Amino acid sequence: MAETLVLIELDRQRVKRPSLHAITLAQQLGGDYALLILGSGVAEAANSIISYGAAAVLVADDPALAEPLADRYASVIAQATRQQGAKRLLASSSTFSKDVLPRAAALLDAPMVTDVLALAKVDGAIAYQRPMNAGSKLATVKVDGELCVLTARATAFAMPSANGAPCLIATFAFDAASLPNEMQFVSRELRASDRPDLAEARVVVSGGRPLKDSETFERLVGGLADALGGAVGATRAAVDAGMAPNDYQVGQTGKVVAPELYIALGISGAIQHLAGIKDSRIIVAINKDADAPIFQMATYGLVGDLHQIVPQLIAAIQKT
Amino acid sequence: MKILVPFKSVPDPYAGAGAAAKSVINPFDEIAIEEALRIRERGEATEIVGVTIGAPAVDEQIRSALAMGVDRAIRIDDSRALDPYAISRILRTLVEREAPQVVLMGKQAVDDDSNQVGQMLAGLLGWPQATFVSKIEFLDNKTRAQCSRETDGGIEVIAISLPAIITTDLRLNEPRYVSLPGLMKARKKPIEVINCEQLGVNVHPLTTTLSVASPPRRTAGTRLESVEELVTRLKQEAKVL
Repeated sequence: MAETLVLIELDRQRVKRPSLHAITLAQQLGGDYALLILGSGVAEAANSIISYGAAAVLVADDPALAEPLADRYASVIAQATRQQGAKRLLASSSTFSKDVLPRAAALLDAPMVTDVLALAKVDGAIAYQRPMNAGSKLATVKVDGELCVLTARATAFAMPSANGAPCLIATFAFDAASLPNEMQFVSRELRASDRPDLAEARVVVSGGRPLKDSETFERLVGGLADALGGAVGATRAAVDAGMAPNDYQVGQTGKVVAPELYIALGISGAIQHLAGIKDSRIIVAINKDADAPIFQMATYGLVGDLHQIVPQLIAAIQKT
Repeated sequence: MKILVPFKSVPDPYAGAGAAAKSVINPFDEIAIEEALRIRERGEATEIVGVTIGAPAVDEQIRSALAMGVDRAIRIDDSRALDPYAISRILRTLVEREAPQVVLMGKQAVDDDSNQVGQMLAGLLGWPQATFVSKIEFLDNKTRAQCSRETDGGIEVIAISLPAIITTDLRLNEPRYVSLPGLMKARKKPIEVINCEQLGVNVHPLTTTLSVASPPRRTAGTRLESVEELVTRLKQEAKVL
């Protein structure tokens, strides 16, 4: 039994680190918490998360869960939540949790709050702060009822410390044969990359439409990212123009990042893009348009031609 | 095949700062409407029904949907501040009444950014779901759909049995503009107005927005003159290199 159940996300049987940040929200909420992982052949992943102060790691391990299909995942998650008698079910925000958790909430007859940024106290009760309108508004939301489902912005909660006493790993037993079976996994695009994951990188370099084509994009944006050991991001315009793959998109409907250093190359600063980067510690903007809105929020701005500045910058960094 | 498209009216996200934003169809829902039209145009759907929840003021967006080519529309007359779960429960009763093979809707509304209703509706109905979809193909005599989904790790392809819920992502299509003949035709298309009591559904929002504030803004920093200066600042001041 645990008051809060935290769903941890796996990527090919390995724990996705941003998904661990939801544990920090569980700690802030108070009470005991258990971690839940679903998959097939995930004993090693379970072992890797026993020291985060949880009461237990609950493991649903079955070939039926090899792929994260929403119908069966939501069913198992809802069963585990009921079995634990949990009052809260939460996970870090991602396309995985946003696919699966609202469905689980419906199965649990529970309301849900998306993208929690912080807790607040209103009249002695817990309330949740969350962004709306592409982050241009901050809402404070209260929830009624016995149980609620939450997703937490990973960038708003610190990585929890892993120095707790090792906890038990418990198998969550369920009847795989009775799971819904009307969704089938077909394929997943696999792209080999030595670059760090966008959501986890310490440095992110992003490019916008002025990069012109995928070759220039890779040479300038990719080249600078590699010089800094960073990840590559893109604006919607750059993705739509075919310069970068869809999952590079940063912004309201793409990924939200908050690295130590964000470098925006040829990005004017549409509100939908700024929504995804505004919590970065240092923002550098390089753009030839001196009036681009991005300069209104950049820590450092440099006005000029990308084709001259970026190669100079790469050379200067390589010298340091 | 019948397609139901739930859509929401939202303040125009592309309105300039300071201007009083007029209402528009949520851009993701507009993509859902466009996709339904394309499915009908290639002969795979016979009827497209639009549904929205709101006060009479949203009739303007209903007319836009009808002008794009939606066959008929339903407005559920309810002006309360409903939450995604309450909306999902209302839509469930409507889906049960209309019995579509596909419910096609935006992955999120750009005002609330919750990204919940499609998935909740699928859970309530016990139907398969394909969220964040950038491509739809019907298979096996329209008993199944193969959908490409935009996920954090790249494109994922799944196949789902119908009836099902599909939520749309940005790159599924580019919605058409409303034409003048479309607007003329839309005037004659029926809008059914019904309330929750008539639908036999009793919902109350469980989440309440207590206040809305402007988040702290970042302020503009320093304009630099050269690459050398930038590298020096990043090293010595920001200490990120």
